[in-house]
Amino acid sequence: MAEKVLIVDDDKAFLAILAERMQNRGMEVSTAESAAAAMQLLAKESYDAVLLDLMMPEMGGIEAFQIMRRTQPEVQVIFLTGHPSVSKGVEAMKLGAMDFLPKPVDMNELSEKIKQAKASRMILAAKRTQEKIRKILTDKSW
Amino acid sequence: MTQDAGMIGQAGLQFFGKMCASVSHDIKNVLAVINENAGLLEDFCLMAEKGRPIDPARLKRLAGDIQEQIRRGDRIVTGMNRFAHSADAPSMDVDLSELTDLLAALALRFAAARGVQVHVKRPRGAVRITTAPFVLLNLMWLCLDEAMAFAGPERIVELAAEDSADGACLRFCRIRRLKDTPDGSLPTVLSSVLCSFLRAQVSFDPDANQMTLLLPKNGG
Repeated sequence: MAEKVLIVDDDKAFLAILAERMQNRGMEVSTAESAAAAMQLLAKESYDAVLLDLMMPEMGGIEAFQIMRRTQPEVQVIFLTGHPSVSKGVEAMKLGAMDFLPKPVDMNELSEKIKQAKASRMILAAKRTQEKIRKILTDKSW
Repeated sequence: MTQDAGMIGQAGLQFFGKMCASVSHDIKNVLAVINENAGLLEDFCLMAEKGRPIDPARLKRLAGDIQEQIRRGDRIVTGMNRFAHSADAPSMDVDLSELTDLLAALALRFAAARGVQVHVKRPRGAVRITTAPFVLLNLMWLCLDEAMAFAGPERIVELAAEDSADGACLRFCRIRRLKDTPDGSLPTVLSSVLCSFLRAQVSFDPDANQMTLLLPKNGG
């Protein structure tokens, strides 16, 4: 099954071209030009990976990620930034981001990261299901 | 070197650094898009090698997209160049409306980050003054930064350069929240020093939702 990816970036040209390249690689891609638009999509769909621009107007990537994490704890976020800094990278990873990649992106590297994101998400989803089952069994004293 | 001169120098350096950092970010974004376009070309070639035909119309659009990014990059670099040259001389004859256009272009990213649009209302002709252009841009930026903080619900700040009886003025309009803090946060120590250097003055008119930077004909 194809990886399902959401790209969030305020640069329309970058968004469109990255989406096309990823679709050519067989991925199912949605796009959002702002964190707010991304939240609306995430409320309706789940994604294997979210590519999140670090610097966006009104709500930046870090703040958006923190909100995403509260509503979808399994969401795998890869930050993209034109100006990677050690401090921002550390902050993102401490918050639980999957990775932090510089722009311009290396498509092969990005594709690999997205495959890893899908695998991680599936493992987390399976764990969550197991815990739910365990809780049900415990509650019913079975 | 007097204390004021030192402050102007230090503030100028910080202002220059801030704008350069913003411009470099914009240029990086342009390069990122061009990189993706180059990558897409490569993708098409790989697909063609595997037997998938290349669509000439798509290639033409791709070429157009690359050219558009080049134009975008050129605009950014041209603005950066004009900004850099504003520090060439301590006193120059300038067109305030052109400086206003330059300020709006430099402030674009900062305004977007705050959800504000900066509109420039162009005068009929040139608004010429003699001034220290780089120092004036620094002061204009401080005023714009203040104005954006007081932007109204429509999140627009309008800039209008005009001739005045004693020289020229730059109006920062539609700052509807100025009524909440009638005197704004200016003057700060820095803005006062810059105003003194340029023989300029900042005035507030909350009823008209505007702030005005008054400039002498010859402040340089």
